[in-house]
Amino acid sequence: MTQSNSRFLLILFVVAAAVVPLVFASGYQLFQLTLVVAYALSVLGKNLVTGYGGQVSLGQGAFYAVGAYTAAILMEHFNVPYWATLPVAAVVTGMVGLALGLPALRLGGLYLALVTFAMAVAVPQLLKYKLFENWTGGVQGIVLNKPDAPFGLPLDPDQWVYLFTLSVGVVLFVAATNLVRSRIGLALMAIRDQPLAAEAMGVELSRYKTLTFGFGALFTGVGGALGAIAVGFVSPDSFSIALSLTLFVGMVIGGASSISGAVYGALFIVFVPNLAEEISKAIPGAIFGVILILFMFFAPGGIASLLSAQMRRFRAAR
Amino acid sequence: MEGVLHQIISGIATGSIYASISLALVMIFLATHQINFAQGEMAMFSTYVALTLIQAGVPYWGAFVLTLVFSFIAGMVLQRTLLEPLARAPVLASVGAFLGLLLIFNNIAGWIFTYTLQPFPTPFGAGAPILGGMLSRHELGSTAVTLVVLTAVWAFFRFTKLGLALRGAAYNPVSSRLVGIPVARMLSLGWGLAAAIGAIAGMMVAPIVFLDPNMMAGVLLYAFAGALLGGITSPLGAVVGGVLMGVIENIAGAYIVGTELKLTTALVIIVVVLVFKPSGLFGKTLANRV
Repeated sequence: MTQSNSRFLLILFVVAAAVVPLVFASGYQLFQLTLVVAYALSVLGKNLVTGYGGQVSLGQGAFYAVGAYTAAILMEHFNVPYWATLPVAAVVTGMVGLALGLPALRLGGLYLALVTFAMAVAVPQLLKYKLFENWTGGVQGIVLNKPDAPFGLPLDPDQWVYLFTLSVGVVLFVAATNLVRSRIGLALMAIRDQPLAAEAMGVELSRYKTLTFGFGALFTGVGGALGAIAVGFVSPDSFSIALSLTLFVGMVIGGASSISGAVYGALFIVFVPNLAEEISKAIPGAIFGVILILFMFFAPGGIASLLSAQMRRFRAAR
Repeated sequence: MEGVLHQIISGIATGSIYASISLALVMIFLATHQINFAQGEMAMFSTYVALTLIQAGVPYWGAFVLTLVFSFIAGMVLQRTLLEPLARAPVLASVGAFLGLLLIFNNIAGWIFTYTLQPFPTPFGAGAPILGGMLSRHELGSTAVTLVVLTAVWAFFRFTKLGLALRGAAYNPVSSRLVGIPVARMLSLGWGLAAAIGAIAGMMVAPIVFLDPNMMAGVLLYAFAGALLGGITSPLGAVVGGVLMGVIENIAGAYIVGTELKLTTALVIIVVVLVFKPSGLFGKTLANRV
């Protein structure tokens, strides 16, 4: 398949992803698909940090929370329209990521995992803290209105939010693809695979690592903001350690060092629990755990690498 | 002044529980250079096993011993089947496996035992607080139990041949193998021990915080902070750090930030230690060979 061919297929896929659900999906299904996009962006942020940057971060849920709360607070207290909260959420989470990245990346390896794990555990408590209660709404959280379609488009809010989220998602996925193909992306992969050689070649390790942490936080934060708009509600307990673990599962199962992996991972974390919950409410978590370990053993590259191996085999057979 | 003293004493009591988990974490870190994120959930699950036994009519100390045996064996089996094969895998793989275990234990516990808070019995009797109202009977008893355990662990590593072999296997696996120590078996033995120590901590903390599948999240965070504060490479440091964390938690809770920011306090201590003194109070500086 030539490159222009695969690009054409991709565009076709995106158009289908936009149109088909509008016609066939119910309100709830549209909501789920919207969440898939929001989670896909968040997992993408994680992929940049962990898959491309080689840094194990377990606290991506914290950035998701920051993005979600930024959007919610702007809409609730400043009457900012929902679409205008996204760039602000991006900047805020990006800055938070850079600020946390500086000390965190000096540590590297397991220590970073530990710090970010602690961060994820502590987040709900900070969101509930009484000093911020006027802004965050404390334990109650903040309820948001679902945005209506603009320009008198004949779409209901669910359909519009899905289209809006999908468009933002597509733009950011293209941006991420370009990012990993750019100088920065090449430098990152060089650092991940051969830190010493990379540094000897003049790649500034700490700068690029911090930068990726910032970018990773930014993508996750926008995902969080979109998620908040779609759900129409933010509260401290929806951003517990479970969210960070879910995003981690999404990253591993989709494939950490790929861009498309984020989409597979997000589909998995949205739809598998739904199927499994019919057995018991506690089952999805346990299934996540089992599948996580199985992937660690048998498919550390995730679904993305399984698929590309299949593709290669298919092409070789022809 | 009376108030401060009270906070410190009861801080030492909870701190000794943190210290046991810190020690379990450090033991596994020294042997395998992995951080067991599932240590807390393993302890929680063991505590449920103990509760089930007690409810089935087994006397407390009988259930206690049976739980230790169960945890020891479960720890060894986990190490053999799951973590041994991942020993040389990248950090992401071992972290993933531990998180998988965390999810499995947490949710299986929720599935079998439900998420409702359950009281857990104390073997030390309810009774009035002692030491001039400073300490409850359970706090005194659990501190005594953890002190005995910590001393026993220390004596085991210091004075027995098996303890020496375990230390050898952890510090220098290649040379240990050359002198005939079965390193793999030693590692799983260490895992069993760590799981059993965690189980004791779980059974000691459950009467205070009540038993539920998320019981150990806070305890684990404080144990992490304790292990880092004392120095992740030093078992003694882990114990001292764990006790210190108990005291810090109480003092900070009563006088500085209030109990609502309990977990954040641990996070701040973790970050401060790692940024300013990554080797902790007693640990060695870890250097990467280039």
